[in-house]
Amino acid sequence: MSDRLTVRKTYKLYLGGKFPRSESGRTYPVKSAEGSGLANAALASRKDVRDAVAAARKAQPGWAAATAYLRGQILYRVAEMLEGRRAQFVAEVRDARGGTVKAATAEVDAAVDRLVWYAGWPDKLSQVLGGANPVAGPYFNHTAPEPVGVVTQVAPQGEPLLGLVSVLAPVIAAGNATVVLAAQEQPLPAISFAEVLATSDLPGGVVNVLSGRVAELAPWLSSHSDVNAVDLTGVDDAELAAECERAAAENLKRVWRPVRPDWTAAPGLDRLRACVELKTVWHPAGL
Amino acid sequence: MFEYAPAPESRAIVDIKPSYGLFVNGEFVDPKEGGAFKSVNPATEETLAEIAEASQADVDAAVAAARTAYQKVWGPMPGSERAKYLYRIARIIAERSRELAVLESIDNGKPIKETRDVDLPLVSAHFFYHAGWADKLDHAGFGPQPRPVGVAGQVIPWNFPLLMLAWKVAPALACGNTVVLKPAETTPLTALAFAEICREADLPPGVVNIVTGAGDTGAAVVSHPGVDKVAFTGSTAVGRLIAKSVAGTGKRLTLELGGKAANIVFADAAIDQAVEGVVNGIFFNQGHVCCAGSRLLVQESVAEEVLDRLKRRMSTLRLGDPLDKNTDIGAINSAEQLTRIRELTEVGSAEGAEPWSPQCPLPDTGYWFAPTIFTGVQQAHRIAREEIFGPVLSVLTFRTPEEAIEKANNTPYGLSAGVWTEKGSRMLWAADRLKAGVVWANTFNKFDATSPFGGLKESGYGREGGRQGLEAYLDV
Repeated sequence: MSDRLTVRKTYKLYLGGKFPRSESGRTYPVKSAEGSGLANAALASRKDVRDAVAAARKAQPGWAAATAYLRGQILYRVAEMLEGRRAQFVAEVRDARGGTVKAATAEVDAAVDRLVWYAGWPDKLSQVLGGANPVAGPYFNHTAPEPVGVVTQVAPQGEPLLGLVSVLAPVIAAGNATVVLAAQEQPLPAISFAEVLATSDLPGGVVNVLSGRVAELAPWLSSHSDVNAVDLTGVDDAELAAECERAAAENLKRVWRPVRPDWTAAPGLDRLRACVELKTVWHPAGL
Repeated sequence: MFEYAPAPESRAIVDIKPSYGLFVNGEFVDPKEGGAFKSVNPATEETLAEIAEASQADVDAAVAAARTAYQKVWGPMPGSERAKYLYRIARIIAERSRELAVLESIDNGKPIKETRDVDLPLVSAHFFYHAGWADKLDHAGFGPQPRPVGVAGQVIPWNFPLLMLAWKVAPALACGNTVVLKPAETTPLTALAFAEICREADLPPGVVNIVTGAGDTGAAVVSHPGVDKVAFTGSTAVGRLIAKSVAGTGKRLTLELGGKAANIVFADAAIDQAVEGVVNGIFFNQGHVCCAGSRLLVQESVAEEVLDRLKRRMSTLRLGDPLDKNTDIGAINSAEQLTRIRELTEVGSAEGAEPWSPQCPLPDTGYWFAPTIFTGVQQAHRIAREEIFGPVLSVLTFRTPEEAIEKANNTPYGLSAGVWTEKGSRMLWAADRLKAGVVWANTFNKFDATSPFGGLKESGYGREGGRQGLEAYLDV
């Protein structure tokens, strides 16, 4: 054992491209699967949610206006950055959820591959979801998907990295900005993943990562009026989820209801479809 | 007119070897029968390198390597892993893009401005886009788990050497096929650089094989019984020969052939924008473009104004050193092509059309042709019917929109067309009636990996790029 003292990392929020502490000044202790203390994570507040939504709203138009090709390249860059820090994430995932190194490695590798999969979607989505419509008249008529806007998400509990990546990647691939609440008891890999995002040419504010309590924050994530869609994947409490759905109904947010999918299975298009709107354009054709 | 100081791009970034072998099964190998030819810089006539000439035996070896790689490695590989190889290739091309752009300009004669800003970005994008399809083929609309075709034999032209390689290789590999590719005789160097990139990406041996040579080598590739799918870009005459040689073999075939595109300027067009587009349409890449807007159809009421502005704009085009960053028009790719352009333009004059070129001094060595327009062109003139594949524009006029469409479609070709009008409905009306695989409205010569490209009629069949382009490389 070296007699050098290690320098520990302070885990904070990721908000608007910066790493602030919670404005509330609160933290909560995060423990490993074995029960030992790992770090103190920021305990985000309602005010942090509002700041994060404001940052997402500010960043979203620029992100959506970037070419699909560029968005794909940036997602691929995220995969490159994650692959480059593979060892660190294997350790963090294992600390968080316990189990074998092999299992943790599989989760990290799957997370990289998932990012690569979604990197190919921005410039293909409209070719799969949109198209020309043969209306009965001399009109050009065309339907194409566009991002729904700002999405708030509760990341799944239990797969601290793969779950987070699986819910976040489709949302930004489609051109949205997101505020995502990390797995409550295992938030550290998510905060480290924010460092990956911060070094991947992803514009600040497109992804905002909070850590804190689901019961405290999910209602605010669901009720905020400047949010277009809410993803309740990680809300395991059925009553809370129903309450969130009701809150989301106030301004008719699109709602992704809680599910416990197999994150290791190949994803379909469901999550991409859920975070786009379809726009149809008519134009007369004639002299 | 401004004076421009020379602004040459350094060629120190490229390292051209004195000689190149064939790329078979992941290795550079000498040809079995030892033939060779020279690749020449068309701007200076200097010999750049000796290139191996592949014989039937070499093509046999390449096809065998491709077959083995298809059966043992590339075909069975999960799409997600194929995707990663293609992403690697896309990234390496982007990293080495300046080097490849300079090399392309030296070997082809096209301006560095174009190789740097058009060819290379499109090449990298094409691999990136198709990398994304490799693991999403079940979403491409061809049913669940579409299968690859097998070994693709691909023959590409000299006008966009690396871009045409990308258009052929990227979709083939994404869909799980392996390839034997023959680059054009006059422009093999960037394809050989691509072979190095395949090695740099650790692409499994045999997935990409590159056999250099002339027409005989190409014929050996497309007629090889071990090839399942043939893809060719080039002249309609050769395309016809290939279609005949493939007939009855059961091989799949896609052809991207010649064109004689009409660029239609309506009276209500934004004239300056249209003139810019017309210039780009015919003088981009010295007019060595199958989809070049080589026939200008201009509405009579604005014909004089358009011509005046076109001539003024042409007078500012700079012809010369392809590596000069200010050059608009580079060298004609080969002595043979220069001869063909000269012959057809002489015919144009003899048939009664009137040529015009701006003051344009040509360098003493190399192959050059000044940008030229012909006025007084009739539809029966050969310069209005045949593909010149050079910086030569035939100008015709029309009175009614119906006449414009009729004249535009009066050709055996059907690759592309241009429409210039400020009225959206008229643009869509025209696009609806034009017999062309690509219609550009208020723009011209735009390409994108996501956008299918290909022709109607004798411009060939099949599409390259976009979701639809995958079909050519899937067994559907």
